[in-house]
Amino acid sequence: MKQTFAVAIGGAAGQGVATPGDIFAKIFSRRGLSLNAYNAYQSIIRGGHTLLTIRTGPQPVTNMGDRIDLLIPLNQDTMDRHLKLLRSGAACIYNADTIKAGPAADGVQLCPLPVSELADITRNKVAQNTLAMGAGLHMMGIGFAALEEALREQFKKKGEAVVTENVGVARAGYDYAASRFTAFPSPLPKTEKRYAVLSGNTAMAMGGAAAGVKFYCAYPMSPSTGVLHWMAAHARKAGIMVRQVEDEIGVINMTIGAAHAGVRSMCATSGGGFALMSEGLGMSAMIETPVVVIDCQRAGPSTGVPTKTEQGDLWQMLGAAFGDYPRIIAAPLDIADCFKLIPEMFNLVDRFQCPGLVLCDLLLSEGRLGVDPKDLDFNTVIDRGEIILPLDGNGANGNGAGAAVATNGSYKRYKFTESGISPRAVPGVPGHIHTVATDEHMEDGVLISDEFTNPIKRRAMMEKRMRKVAGIEAAVPRPTLWGPREADVTLIGWGSTKGVIEEACEMLNEEGISASQLQIRWLVPLHGEAILGLLEGARHTIIVENNYSGQFARYLRSETSFVPDGNIRKYDGEPFMPHHIVQAVKEQLAGKTHLSVPMHEIMV
Amino acid sequence: MATGVQRATQLTVADLKGKVDPDWCPGCGDFGVLAAIQKALVELQIPNHNVVAISGIGCSSNLPGFINTYGMHTLHGRALAVATGVKLANHELTVLVTGGDGDGFGIGGNHFVHTMRRNVDLLYIVMDNQIYGLTTGQTSPTSRIGMKTKSMPFGNIEAPVNPISLALAAGATFVARGYSGDQKHLTELIKQGIEHKGFSFLDVFSPCVTYNHDNTYQWYRPRIKKLEDDSAFDASEWTMAMQKSLLWGEEIPIGKFFERTDVPSLHAAEPVLNEGPLLHLEPRVPADVAQGFIEELM
Repeated sequence: MKQTFAVAIGGAAGQGVATPGDIFAKIFSRRGLSLNAYNAYQSIIRGGHTLLTIRTGPQPVTNMGDRIDLLIPLNQDTMDRHLKLLRSGAACIYNADTIKAGPAADGVQLCPLPVSELADITRNKVAQNTLAMGAGLHMMGIGFAALEEALREQFKKKGEAVVTENVGVARAGYDYAASRFTAFPSPLPKTEKRYAVLSGNTAMAMGGAAAGVKFYCAYPMSPSTGVLHWMAAHARKAGIMVRQVEDEIGVINMTIGAAHAGVRSMCATSGGGFALMSEGLGMSAMIETPVVVIDCQRAGPSTGVPTKTEQGDLWQMLGAAFGDYPRIIAAPLDIADCFKLIPEMFNLVDRFQCPGLVLCDLLLSEGRLGVDPKDLDFNTVIDRGEIILPLDGNGANGNGAGAAVATNGSYKRYKFTESGISPRAVPGVPGHIHTVATDEHMEDGVLISDEFTNPIKRRAMMEKRMRKVAGIEAAVPRPTLWGPREADVTLIGWGSTKGVIEEACEMLNEEGISASQLQIRWLVPLHGEAILGLLEGARHTIIVENNYSGQFARYLRSETSFVPDGNIRKYDGEPFMPHHIVQAVKEQLAGKTHLSVPMHEIMV
Repeated sequence: MATGVQRATQLTVADLKGKVDPDWCPGCGDFGVLAAIQKALVELQIPNHNVVAISGIGCSSNLPGFINTYGMHTLHGRALAVATGVKLANHELTVLVTGGDGDGFGIGGNHFVHTMRRNVDLLYIVMDNQIYGLTTGQTSPTSRIGMKTKSMPFGNIEAPVNPISLALAAGATFVARGYSGDQKHLTELIKQGIEHKGFSFLDVFSPCVTYNHDNTYQWYRPRIKKLEDDSAFDASEWTMAMQKSLLWGEEIPIGKFFERTDVPSLHAAEPVLNEGPLLHLEPRVPADVAQGFIEELM
C-alpha cells in the first residue's frame, strides 16, 4: 500500500482555513511530494463550516482518500464533526483555550495547544493556526526551515515585523510539539520530483492560453469563476481580451462573435449559465463558427448546491440547443487533463467548425493537484483548420493560416465537400464577402427558409453539416481498458472520477479482488462499438457516477444497448471516497444489490 | 479606416447590392433604410470587405442578406452581443448592427443597455415600426398605449419604452433618430454614426404598412421636426437632449440628439489591443511568459 498522509483543516468561512492550506501545499510540493486538495465548503462568505483536506505522498495522489491523519479544527464545530471519524494512528491539534476534545477512538493522539501561553493572541488573531502548522510539521518529520521559508513568502508584502512575528509563533508551536507530542511513525520523505500545484479552473484557463485563446468572456458563476479569475489576472501578459458580460446569453454570443472574426474564443460557466447558452450553441453549429464552452458542473437542479460537486449535466449537454448538429463533448479525467484537453478541443473545433463542450465539475475545477510542470505544455500543437484570415498591415498574419486567395466572387462559405468541411473566410478578407445565417441557407449563405423553402436544398445542407461527424469520430481516440479484461470486476466511470476509481481498483486488487477500469474521456463521439469490444467477456461490470439517475449509464445504453451488472451512484454533493467504491463493489459481487448509493460519513 | 488590401476602384451603390432582393412588403420603411446605408457607405468609401452588417431576427433583421458586405444574421435579440465580439476581435472592421424594435428593446433589451455603457464602437440602427411584423402583428415594446394588435386586441395597456431617453440614460455617446421617409437626412445620420468613435444609436421610424395602421407615413409627416432646424438646440448638452427626447405627439423631433467624443470606445480603452487588432496578435504565449505562469504555481 502506498504511503499517503492527509491533513484536514476545518473552521468557519473567514477563520483562515485557506492560508495554512496553501502553506502546507507549498511545503509538500517543494519536498517533491504529490498532493491533492479538496475543500468542502458552503455558499457563505463568513461562517458555516469548511473542511480543507490535503493529501500528500511520494507516489501520485489522485483523490482525497479515506482517512485523515492529522485534524486541525479551528473551532469547536469542526472538532465535534470530525474527531469521531479519526482512526488509530491519527492526531488532532487544537487550541486548548477555546476548544474541547470529545470522545476519540483508541490510538488517536489528542494534541492540545495552550495558545495564550505560546503566543500573544491580542496581537496575532490567527496565532492558533500558525502554532498548529508548526506543531503539525514537526510531527510529520519536516524540518522547520521549510515552514520558515513558506511563511516569509506568505507575509513578505506585510513587512519584516509581520514575518518575524509569524515565524516566531510557528517556531513556538514546532518546539512545543517536539517536547509534548508523539511524531507520526513514517516521516514524510523528500523526492527529486517537482510539482506545480493548481486547480482545474487554473489548468483550463492556462490550457486556453496555450491553445492560443485570444478572447475569453464570462459571467461569474460558481464553480467556474476561477477560470475567469486566472484569465483576468494574466490577460495582459498573455495577450488575451477578457470581458465580464451581463449574462451568459451575452457571453456565448460575444464568444461566437469574436470566433467568427477569426480568433480562438472560449467561455466557462456552470449548469445554470450553460442552460442560458444553449440557443447560442445552435448558432455556433449552424453558422459553423467554432467555440469552446466549459461547463463546471455543480449539484442541481436549479440553483442547487452551488459549492458541491455532481456529474449531473451530461444530458443537458447532449441535448443542448434544438435540432441535430455536430458537437464534440469531452470530460477531463484529472486536473492535468484540464490543461491538456483545451488545446485538443480547439484543434478539433477549428478543424470541424462546430461547438466543443468541456464537461468539468466542481471536484476538478476547485480541487488542487500537484502536476508535473512538463504536463503544462505551452508549446502544444495549434491547428486552425481550413481558415482564411485577413492579412495584417505587414502583409502577414499572426495566426499562421494561409493567405487569402482571389476567387473572383466564386467563394462559397458553405461549399459542399465530401468531408462536410468548407473553407472558412472571416470578415476583412477581400473577395470572400458572404453573409452567415442562423436560418437554413445555401452554399453561398443565402437563406432558404424565408421564401421558396426547398426540401432538396435543406436536406443537402443538413447532410453536409452532419458529414463532419464521421471525420470527428476518426479524429477522436478510442477509450482503453486499464487492467485485465477478465478481472473479477470492471469499473466504468467518466471524467473526474478517474483518480478515485483507480485507487479503489488498487485496494480491491490488494484484497484479492482483481479489478479493471474503463474511464471515458470523449463523450461525443463515444465510440460505442469500441466500448462494447472492451467490455466483451467482462465478468462483472459496474458503472460509477456522481449523479442520481445514472446519466452515463442511460447514455451508454442508448448508444450501445449495453446494460451493466450494477451501478454505484452518489448525489449528496460530495465526491466519492475510495472505500465507498470498494465496499459497494464487495456488496454487489456478493449479490446483495445492483445499485449502491454510498453514505458520505463526513458532515461538511 | 481599415488596413489590408484596398480597393483599386471606387465603391458604388451597385457594388453593395446583395445576392438577393429584399423580401419586405411593398412600401415597407426598411427599403429606405437599406438604401440610406448603401449611400452612406459609398459616400464614406469604406471597402465593403471591411464592413460587417450584423442583425438579429425579424423583418428588418433580414437586411444583411440584401447588402454586399460581410454579414451575420444571428439570433433574436443577440446581434449586439455578437457584434461586440466581432469588434473586439478585429477593431479595424466597420460594424453595423441592424434590427427591429422587438429584437432590440424587447428580447435584446439587456444587451442594448450594456453595449451602450461599454461604448462599443459600432453603429446600431433600429428600424422601429412599433409592431412585431414577421410574427404577423403583435404589440412591441414601442407600441403606444391603446394600440390594438393581435396580442392586445382590446388595446395596449403597457407604457412604451422611449428608446432615445433610454439610450441617453444608459450612456450612449451618439444618439440620433431618423425617418425612412427622409432618405437624405437619414444617410447623413448614418454617416455620422459610422464615423463616431464609440457606440452610435440610431432609432429610425420605419413604418410597417401591413400591420401598423397607427404610425403611418401620413401620421409621421406633419409631426416630424428636425433638430437641426432648432437654432437653440445643442447636441453636446445632455440635459437638453433628454428634454427633447421626451417630446411626442404633435411634434416629434428627428436628427442628432446627442454626441460626446471624450469617452474612449471599449477597444481603445483596452491595453491588450495597443499593438493592433486581437486577430493579428501572436497566438502563442511567449516561452518566458509561459514559464512565469508555471513558476507562480511552484
